[in-house]
Amino acid sequence: MVAPLTDEPKSPTGRSEDMASAMSSGRGGRGDTVFRAVAAGAGLLVLVVLALIAVSTTREAWPAFQEEGIGFLTSTSWDPAAGEFGALAFIYGTVLVSIIALVLSVPVSLGIALYANEAAPKRLRKPIVYVLDLLAAIPSVVYGLWGVLVLAAVLNDQVYVRFNDWFGSWPVLGWFFGGSTGPRSFMTAGIILAIMITPIITSLSREVIATVPSAQREAAYGMGATRWEMIRASVLPWARGGIVGSVMLGLGRAMGETIAVALVIGSFPQITTHLFEQGDALAAVVANQFGESSGTHRAALVGMGVVLFLLTILVNVSARAIVGHFDRRSKGA
Amino acid sequence: MSEPSVVDESHRLLLEATTSRGRRVRNKLATVWMVGALVVALIPLAWVVGYVLIKGISSLDAAWFTEELTATTRRAGGGMGPAIVGTLVITAGATIMAVPLGILGAIYLNEYGGNGVLARVIRFMSDVMTGVPSIVMGLFIYTVYTVNFGQNGFGGSLALACLMLPIVIRSTEEMLKLVPDELRQGSYALGNRKWRTIISVVLPAAFGGIMSGVMLAIARAAGETAPLIFTIGAARAFNANLFEGQMTALSTQIFSNARVPFPAAQDRAWGAALTLVAIVFLFTVAARIVSARVARRHNA
Repeated sequence: MVAPLTDEPKSPTGRSEDMASAMSSGRGGRGDTVFRAVAAGAGLLVLVVLALIAVSTTREAWPAFQEEGIGFLTSTSWDPAAGEFGALAFIYGTVLVSIIALVLSVPVSLGIALYANEAAPKRLRKPIVYVLDLLAAIPSVVYGLWGVLVLAAVLNDQVYVRFNDWFGSWPVLGWFFGGSTGPRSFMTAGIILAIMITPIITSLSREVIATVPSAQREAAYGMGATRWEMIRASVLPWARGGIVGSVMLGLGRAMGETIAVALVIGSFPQITTHLFEQGDALAAVVANQFGESSGTHRAALVGMGVVLFLLTILVNVSARAIVGHFDRRSKGA
Repeated sequence: MSEPSVVDESHRLLLEATTSRGRRVRNKLATVWMVGALVVALIPLAWVVGYVLIKGISSLDAAWFTEELTATTRRAGGGMGPAIVGTLVITAGATIMAVPLGILGAIYLNEYGGNGVLARVIRFMSDVMTGVPSIVMGLFIYTVYTVNFGQNGFGGSLALACLMLPIVIRSTEEMLKLVPDELRQGSYALGNRKWRTIISVVLPAAFGGIMSGVMLAIARAAGETAPLIFTIGAARAFNANLFEGQMTALSTQIFSNARVPFPAAQDRAWGAALTLVAIVFLFTVAARIVSARVARRHNA
């Protein structure tokens, strides 16, 4: 390693490590060297797999990238039979359903996280966390099954048709609620995703909120604040970075969710602001069409995987960066 | 965490006397929002679990577990045996690969790497890897394994192992951090080398916590569908051999049966969903019990 040892922050085990290495300077150090190398190898596997994912999927998708050029990202025309592979409508669908999911899920997740940490009676706190874990444990395909066979029809009959009636011809609301309606739509996919990412955002932001020092809370209470004023003055500013980070991680999860979306989005690629119409998304189309594809069509589907991989890496890295930035700031203060 | 019971109580009394009406109303509204959020989240949970139980239970008879899948999905009949076997065998294969490697990786991060550059990079990349969508893992294994060796259970195991690896690394590292340094020092004082100390002192001390993380990773992997649809194929007969011939799994059966409009297929999908949810909950609850037991021992 290039950096001088003294500059390295001490690991928690620093002292005893020194003692151990001082004692093992004689015979038998080989066991340690081997074990260390094996452990390091296992850690490095993570880097190897990530690099392999990028390289091997890009190579497999290359024929499609070559044929379509930048059109792969900018063209909306998707017609495997005619050899046209533009992914823009799918990228749009992925982004749109993820945004719907966030808009619906963030207020709910934050509310639960604040309730579980700040407002709920003590004996209720553990059960709340437990129940959310169960919500998170249900496999995505089961949500998809319920979504397509139960929820979609209920939403369409009870909600979409009415919203379409009321607001369909209004100036601004008409963009979202106008057009046609159907059980399988952007909105249904967004709602299913919202249900699936709520436990994730809740548990991550709950952990952040739990790190707010009680002195902060008591200071606000000491000034005569109500609980809500205390939350706004003490809890939210302190936890802001972590909360933004958890929301971004939830976004990453929503973009990559496949099976539930594949079942309820309608599998009809189009770019429209009408939320109650059918659409398609990156992960969903891969799951739905991969089995019947071949040649450039299959390459294009792998290419959508590459786009999805890059999008989620981008979202995840920025989430970690945001959390790290706020972490450093609050520790420095 | 604060001690809200004491603070809340005294401060509630104070509020009654001194707080203006507008501020009290806003406080109430905030509470309504928080409680409402919890209720909104509970509705889908109850709805999904209720439906899976009611619709799924009628499919489960002896034949469900012992018979092969029917060839005519539109008509009732056949069982889910091969899919149950598939889910268990494929997940076990993934566990055998991902858990030892993940624990070793965590040992490197906590016991050797510390805050060094390499350890920090690995830690960051594991976090990034947890965010990689499962379908991308499926495509990845398809391009490096399935294209060369054909569809079989092992491809599915590989894809699930890729999903589990970063989860196991990060949860195990958290548990290793909790092992007090005095234990390590005591072992060194007895003349043990570092690798012996790790194997015979550090790992046993963190065993419960590690197991709880492992079981959550297994639960997550067992429910995954996307990594399996390109890699394991679609068998109808029993096949417990990971390396030979196509397999099937509960999750992929739910997906394929939910896509078709036949009532018999949909019933089958509900039955498979109940079976899968039961398996996943078993592991989740087991993880809970193990981690609760560990926490009690720590407190004692």
